Amino acid sequence: MNVLEVVNLRKYFPIRKGLLRRIAGQVRAVDGVSFHIKKGETLALVGESGCGKTTVSRCILRALPPSEGEIRFAVDGKVVDLAKLPKRALRPYRRHIQMVFQDPFSSLNPRMVIADIIGEPLLINGMRSGEERRKRVKELLDMVQLPAAYMNRFPHAFSGGQRQRVGIARALALHPSLIVADEPVSALDVSVQAQILNLLLDLQDRLGLTYLFVAHDLSVVKHVSDRVAVMYVGRMVEIAGTADIFARPRHPYTEALLSAVPKPDPRLKSERIILERDVADPANPPPGCHFHPRCRYAVERCKVDTPALQEVEPNRWVSCHRAHELMLRGVQ
Amino acid sequence: MIARLFGRTSRADSASAEERFAVASQLQLTWWRFRRHKLALASGVIVILFYLVAAFADFLAVNDPQDTDSRRSFAPPQVISLFDDDGSFRPYVTVIRARRDPRTFRMVFDQSSKVYLTMFTPGYNYTLFGLFETNIHLLGLKDPQPGDGLYLLGTDRLGRDLWSRMMVATRVSLTIGLAGVIISLFLGILLGGISAIYGGVVDMAIQRTIEIIRSMPTIPLWMGLAAALPSDWSVMQIYFAITVIIALLAWTDLARVVRGKFLSLREEDFVTAAELAGAGQLRIIFRHMLPSFLSHIIAATSLALPAMIISETSLSFLGLGLRPPAISWGILLQDAQNIEALALAPWLLMAAVPVIVIILAFNFLGDGLRDAADPYG
Amino acid sequence: MPPTLMAERAAAPAAGTPILSVRGLKTYFRADDGVVRAVDGVSFDVRAGRTLGIVGESGCGKSITARSILGIVDRPGKIEAGEVWLTPGGGTGAPIDLAKLASDSAEMRAIRGKEIALVFQEPMSSFSHYYTVGNQIMEAIRLHSDATKQQAHARAVELLRLVGVPKPERRVDEYPFQLSGGLRQRVMIAMALACDPHVLIADEPTTALDVTTQAQILDLMRELQAKRALALILITHDMGVIAEMADDVVVMYLGRVVERGPVDAIFHDPKHPYTQALLRSIPSIMATPRTKLATISGSIPHPLNRPTGCPFHPRCPDFKPGVCDKAEPATTVIDDRREVACFLYGGGA
Repeated sequence: MNVLEVVNLRKYFPIRKGLLRRIAGQVRAVDGVSFHIKKGETLALVGESGCGKTTVSRCILRALPPSEGEIRFAVDGKVVDLAKLPKRALRPYRRHIQMVFQDPFSSLNPRMVIADIIGEPLLINGMRSGEERRKRVKELLDMVQLPAAYMNRFPHAFSGGQRQRVGIARALALHPSLIVADEPVSALDVSVQAQILNLLLDLQDRLGLTYLFVAHDLSVVKHVSDRVAVMYVGRMVEIAGTADIFARPRHPYTEALLSAVPKPDPRLKSERIILERDVADPANPPPGCHFHPRCRYAVERCKVDTPALQEVEPNRWVSCHRAHELMLRGVQ
Repeated sequence: MIARLFGRTSRADSASAEERFAVASQLQLTWWRFRRHKLALASGVIVILFYLVAAFADFLAVNDPQDTDSRRSFAPPQVISLFDDDGSFRPYVTVIRARRDPRTFRMVFDQSSKVYLTMFTPGYNYTLFGLFETNIHLLGLKDPQPGDGLYLLGTDRLGRDLWSRMMVATRVSLTIGLAGVIISLFLGILLGGISAIYGGVVDMAIQRTIEIIRSMPTIPLWMGLAAALPSDWSVMQIYFAITVIIALLAWTDLARVVRGKFLSLREEDFVTAAELAGAGQLRIIFRHMLPSFLSHIIAATSLALPAMIISETSLSFLGLGLRPPAISWGILLQDAQNIEALALAPWLLMAAVPVIVIILAFNFLGDGLRDAADPYG
Repeated sequence: MPPTLMAERAAAPAAGTPILSVRGLKTYFRADDGVVRAVDGVSFDVRAGRTLGIVGESGCGKSITARSILGIVDRPGKIEAGEVWLTPGGGTGAPIDLAKLASDSAEMRAIRGKEIALVFQEPMSSFSHYYTVGNQIMEAIRLHSDATKQQAHARAVELLRLVGVPKPERRVDEYPFQLSGGLRQRVMIAMALACDPHVLIADEPTTALDVTTQAQILDLMRELQAKRALALILITHDMGVIAEMADDVVVMYLGRVVERGPVDAIFHDPKHPYTQALLRSIPSIMATPRTKLATISGSIPHPLNRPTGCPFHPRCPDFKPGVCDKAEPATTVIDDRREVACFLYGGGA
């Protein structure tokens, strides 16, 4: 069963110029993206800065209104299109999609104690009794492996890793059916990253959670995700199961991305694929396949024809004209 | 962090210090940080002392500040001697007798007899806090003869006691600032908040208004507004009108602070989290955003107050603000405007001292509060 | 001025010549109510044509170490002890102890940029917004030589070409904000190389960059090093970058070097429990999908709350009560490239 189906999502930001703030152009931050998330799985949305992955997640959370497309969300046995709902009608569905933030410092209100931070969503959604709330907060703290005694502490007393646990507890409070985790470990120290990743995996196994995991670090992604979706300049280039995509990428960009990740073993000095030039500008992308100016397999057709995302084998979508003929290199 | 806030702690109580730190609210943390800022702390004490003076102005005054007497015009300050001739502690002053020099027609002051000081003595009548009618004053002369007087800082042209006038002026100048700040706080928070919440055209209109107000040269504007006040208004009416004028011009800074803080807070992840939890607009503003403002507003206020005080002082000094018989620092300084008066009675400049001291104190206090409230910003 | 930059350095030192030796470096920050021992007894050697990687998590003192070498520690930080011996001219001059030089002395200023150059993490904040990149490179050149404006300009263009900036004749007149992150970092490296230094310190040079851009920059640094026999100090928290770039590795934790050794030994035969735990806990792209990682319990202590004894003992799986929490372990020398500070390997006084 799919918890979420995103169909042809677009988000354009106007570029305003001059004194009258006339619209001079558009940044196509998200330019026709489609994917789905199955119940109980982790879909990782990866790509480099500016590829639109964060914009996609903000649209799903409706922190940004999408320009076009559908966001079909399955809740209480029916399917609603979050993209079309006005803000007020959205309210009852908000509680079902929660978020874990990147910055453990900005995500907790410095003026509230932990019990209030985690209890706030409960209170807003009708758990009036303080006793009941404390009980639930205790339960949630236990789930994220923090002592219940920390309830009366303020966030400033916690380390980055502990704050991230509090953030996860808050996201869990309302039994959401989807959790959007936006770079949840990238601000943490290496030795703490592992604790949080393990916790996310644990919670998923215990509670059957569904994650949309937005990240740029492919090593982290490999540890947590079931499927990986790769974006480049506002478009989806490839979606596949984690093991498949890492072992045998089908899109040249995925291949380059994988080869660029430094491997923590000096004996594996791999031949990296060094991409020429910079990432395309989403305000002025190249015609055809956005990746063609940097692609070493590009042919004439790539410069004019925009490749569609097609299922090249079961559960594998690639948007490349040469997907069937290329044999690309992955990592073991 | 913990060690920084609590100073050196022994190992034994470092655990309890940690617990204390962990459950300390932002307000407590702010206070702990503020406490370490010695200059700001001292300035805070000075500010409190000044407001105590304002509260007990009449009690601290010695003579009726409006009492004129041409025979003691420009009397110099008297020096209090703490010890009597026999070495015992009996503070006294040498009272003066004025006479006119028959050749120069100038007043000359002759040292006269010793008069001892006493405390809590009856003097002129006043009402404390507008509630208690009393005539008790802190200092006074013991068994004064007619014509004896205590003039700690000398007198002005009309023979009014400068010390007593300064006490009363402190009350007027400090409360006019306070009232002005409260009005501009209200306007600033309201308009700054509206500007940030609604954005768009409303924001544009408010921001442009602020810019226009800020770009006006203040002195001509004050002159115009003050000239518009009817001349038959009472002292009290003028006083309130001046407060409102100052506040109308001073709210712009606060509105900008509030708007900026509002916009930056709205981008904070914890506000997004509250939104995702389904919190309504009002709850987000009052429960999640406003508490983060408070310390900033306090700091902004303590920086806005001295500006108010200066405004009142300069207005009155220029003759545009309060007018005699009202008494304020600006009015006292008005007497020190001409060179002749200064040559004859340099002590009139003493009225500038409290202005300088309180402005500096407020600035240090405001800086300290701001640093303590926002250690990262 | 060397005739051309594209060629190899005229008198390049032989690879492996020691250029910089740090011995027992201690940099402390004394605040009103506590001392932060940011760098607490660090020793290592940097050789021509080789890369020394300094790796550690936040607060381990890796950046302060670099800043101490250059004498640019922010107040109230101060070098308390130790020696920093630089052999100028790529190993030909008479050694100088940089730790003894005042940070604003003429000698120190002559060394910064000319002998040792620094590349920062955030290229945007280390540029001025008001000058073109060419102007900024030219200024660095003319600070250390008597080149004319024309010569400096020509050299700036050449440097930009050297670091792989496309169309350098045009880019030289652009402002930093007109460049992408990757290009900015290239320009930053060009600026660092302006005066032909023998030692390059790169402090998290790729942390702010995307992974494909990171690959470009790492590639560039390796290429430049080979051409110019640069001694490179690479500071990073990323074990992957260390594995790809470093010849020797210094692992730091809370201001102390816990382990030092050749890169292969560090990754395949780590001695110190911290190094072992760190290697186990890093997510790897080689891992099987959805596998749990080994973790290090707890988190890094606040520098003002430093544990007694070995700073790692509260998180250490091999913690020996009564030993590790009582005294700081001394450094055990295994051979001239390898040492470890842990009671498991001696470490007594």
